Amino acid sequence: MSTSEIALMAHLMRRAGFTATRDELETYVAGGYEARVEQLLNPGDPEVIPDDIIRRVHFSLDEGPDGAAAQWMYRMITTKNPLEEKITLFWHSLFATAYSKTNNSRSILNQIEMFRRFSLGSFRDLLVELSKDPAMIFWLDNNDNHNGKVNENYGRELLELFALGIGTYTENDVKDAARAFTGWTLGNVDYMAVKANKDSFSPYGRIAWHFEYRPDDHDDGEKTFMGETGRFNGEDIVDIIARQPAAARFVSTRLFQFFAADQVDEQGEKVIEQMIQSYFDSGYEIRSVLRTLFNSDFFKSEAARFARVKAPVELVIGVIRQAGSYREPNLGIEGVSSFSYYMGQGIMRPPSVEGWHEGEEWIESGALLERVNFVAQELGNTSLPGIKRIIERVGAENGGTLSPIEFVERCLDVMGPIEVEDETKEVLVSHVARRGDIDLRDESVHDESTKRAGELLSLIGSTREFQMA
Amino acid sequence: MGSGNGQNGGAKDRNLVVLQLGGGNDYLNTIVPYENGLYYDNRPTIAHDPDKILKINDEIGFRPDLEPIKRLWDEGKVAIIHGIGYPEPNRSHFRSMDIWHTAMPEEIGTEGWLGRVIRDIDPTAENVLTGVNFGRGLPRSMGLKGVPVASVGNLETYGLFPEMEDEYLRKFAIDSFAKMYGGKGKDAVMDFLGQTGASALKGADLLGTATGKYKSSIEYGDNPIGNDLKNAATVMFAGLGTRIFHTSYGSFDTHSGEVFKHDLLWQDTARAVGDFWDDIAEHGMDDDTVIFMFSEFGRRIKDNGSGTDHGSGGVAFLIGNSVKGGMYGEYPSLEEKDQIEGDLAYNNDFRMTYSSILEQWLEIEAAPIVNGRFEQFDLIKS
Repeated sequence: MSTSEIALMAHLMRRAGFTATRDELETYVAGGYEARVEQLLNPGDPEVIPDDIIRRVHFSLDEGPDGAAAQWMYRMITTKNPLEEKITLFWHSLFATAYSKTNNSRSILNQIEMFRRFSLGSFRDLLVELSKDPAMIFWLDNNDNHNGKVNENYGRELLELFALGIGTYTENDVKDAARAFTGWTLGNVDYMAVKANKDSFSPYGRIAWHFEYRPDDHDDGEKTFMGETGRFNGEDIVDIIARQPAAARFVSTRLFQFFAADQVDEQGEKVIEQMIQSYFDSGYEIRSVLRTLFNSDFFKSEAARFARVKAPVELVIGVIRQAGSYREPNLGIEGVSSFSYYMGQGIMRPPSVEGWHEGEEWIESGALLERVNFVAQELGNTSLPGIKRIIERVGAENGGTLSPIEFVERCLDVMGPIEVEDETKEVLVSHVARRGDIDLRDESVHDESTKRAGELLSLIGSTREFQMA
Repeated sequence: MGSGNGQNGGAKDRNLVVLQLGGGNDYLNTIVPYENGLYYDNRPTIAHDPDKILKINDEIGFRPDLEPIKRLWDEGKVAIIHGIGYPEPNRSHFRSMDIWHTAMPEEIGTEGWLGRVIRDIDPTAENVLTGVNFGRGLPRSMGLKGVPVASVGNLETYGLFPEMEDEYLRKFAIDSFAKMYGGKGKDAVMDFLGQTGASALKGADLLGTATGKYKSSIEYGDNPIGNDLKNAATVMFAGLGTRIFHTSYGSFDTHSGEVFKHDLLWQDTARAVGDFWDDIAEHGMDDDTVIFMFSEFGRRIKDNGSGTDHGSGGVAFLIGNSVKGGMYGEYPSLEEKDQIEGDLAYNNDFRMTYSSILEQWLEIEAAPIVNGRFEQFDLIKS
């Protein structure tokens, strides 16, 4: 098993998952890269825990956004199919629906569950489900979109932010798309609108909205959309959207930016062209588009590695998965959603329908302090099973004493492998060198050596390089 | 408006302390209409005893534990803004707070109003501490791209690696961090990370000096709002150039057990505000500082047998030597015909108060910050 195979698999797992431990990486490499890609693309976790069981054991999770977010994050931490959660996070970022207006975490959790079910299938089917999703309907006012009294909010964002991108459609397309979605509303709208607006969840909790199609409130007239004319209903609009080259380009580009690189360069453009081809060849299947991306030479190349700033949720979940913490039902689980919130990404709390501004914008001084402090605390906690295992592996691969440079290189290797710049490595080496060589297997100095290892892992987690995926 | 006397627009050396009462403070049980029969009819479980009210006039008065604020009121330093709100009240905590934070009731805004203030005061982000939040996580009101804001949970351990107990090891780790973030990176993102890390460290270093310098005769209460306001005073006295101070306390979301909870909340808050005021007066900063205290909404007129549910129409306070003490806006009517869906009707837009503070106190043009022109109250002595 070569170092380069491990490094490539680590890259895949940072992007298509939430990082993996060295033990996991070795198992995956043994099965082969493409086989691992297929496993990721065809999820089916035999140990999946139903949402209601997660809630039952984590009784500290309330119905506010933090409790509901932590419920999902617990799934990200424990899942055997990380891509399923990662792509669901992608859809949550793209079709950003916030608790602030909906005031109903159950409806948002239902939306996320819907994303999970449709996440890797047909983009067309996903857009139909999105259009019927109660949280989305309320978030973008489609319950106020009536026959003869059009509210364009959903129609516009569907084209601009969710499926086509600005500049690819006309104002009339927006208007007629909105007309086609008249009558797509909430069944219990009057009651729920009042209730959602007025009450808090205490003491009895919330009930979720449900979708209802009202033919009497649907504008059945002729519409012209993207050059086609007919008495279109919402599904017809989605059908037309799904076959647009603009839709293929839009969703492929967004997937590329989320999974491959923040910036699209010339090489990236070529990959996006291939992804677009797969989109049409497969009948708009997201799984095929991602397969093309993950198996592309570009994605596998060294240049693609560490080319994205980790989103806070990626950072938090990745570190927790590596450290092996928060596995058991835990009263502190709701804190997990606060960690990423302090870093600027509250799940279920995107700042607007545009979602989060990603890439460099994750980095500001307050958020960086939160990132570094969280990572340092978690990786420096040598009582956690994942950290123990890292230290064990660092110590196991040599006959006895490690020089400072060997110690640093082994830690970087077992934790990733993580590539750092020479200057960074020099600082790490001189940091540990002040106390000389280390022997992680000498029982007589066990506590002190473990402490030093935890200190180094913390510091590696604090590097600029560690902020990148 | 005044052109300001600061270099970058805005009056120099004038501080604004924003205290957010999160969760929706019950207006009726804060400034109590103790002579109004409707108050007692609607509040069978949680009405205050009229004999204990600290009377403002023969209609309304402060709840009993607002004694420290009543004292400042008697000195003419408190403006009470009655019936403050915005059109089409939203009773979701998060949405309503966002509205106050972004000054955008109609659409979803992303830029915090205090973030814009900080950018106005310090456009090139020369001082990483122009705005400081006391509490963890960046409040939306201070969020704006390119505007650095320090969020200080615990001032004594603020900065990198607060969990490292061994001070020597912590210093050593911080030193290594500084070296790792000091060099040039291999690309623009690495450079940016380096600069951001360096500016975070700089902020932490400066803040780290504040605690050592702080001396005061005031004993704050040992509770979160007492600690946060003590930290705000500590930073203010250290002379680090901080102008916008933000903190929040709560939750004032008193759906149940309101009598007990609301008492505790206001005991802590009023004492902390009184102590903070005495502290800054002792340090001669009371002419340079005003405190603005608000909540995202008020609560229902009728109690629910134990507490109150979310309502609209609230009360805000502005406190300072430069504040024209008195009452602004109108105390809302409790008559059924005047209510909005069982709530107090608001009668002045919060952006009026924001605009008054911005133009009269900070001497900053308000319209670009609050997204429009609003009538102002005459809140600040000229």
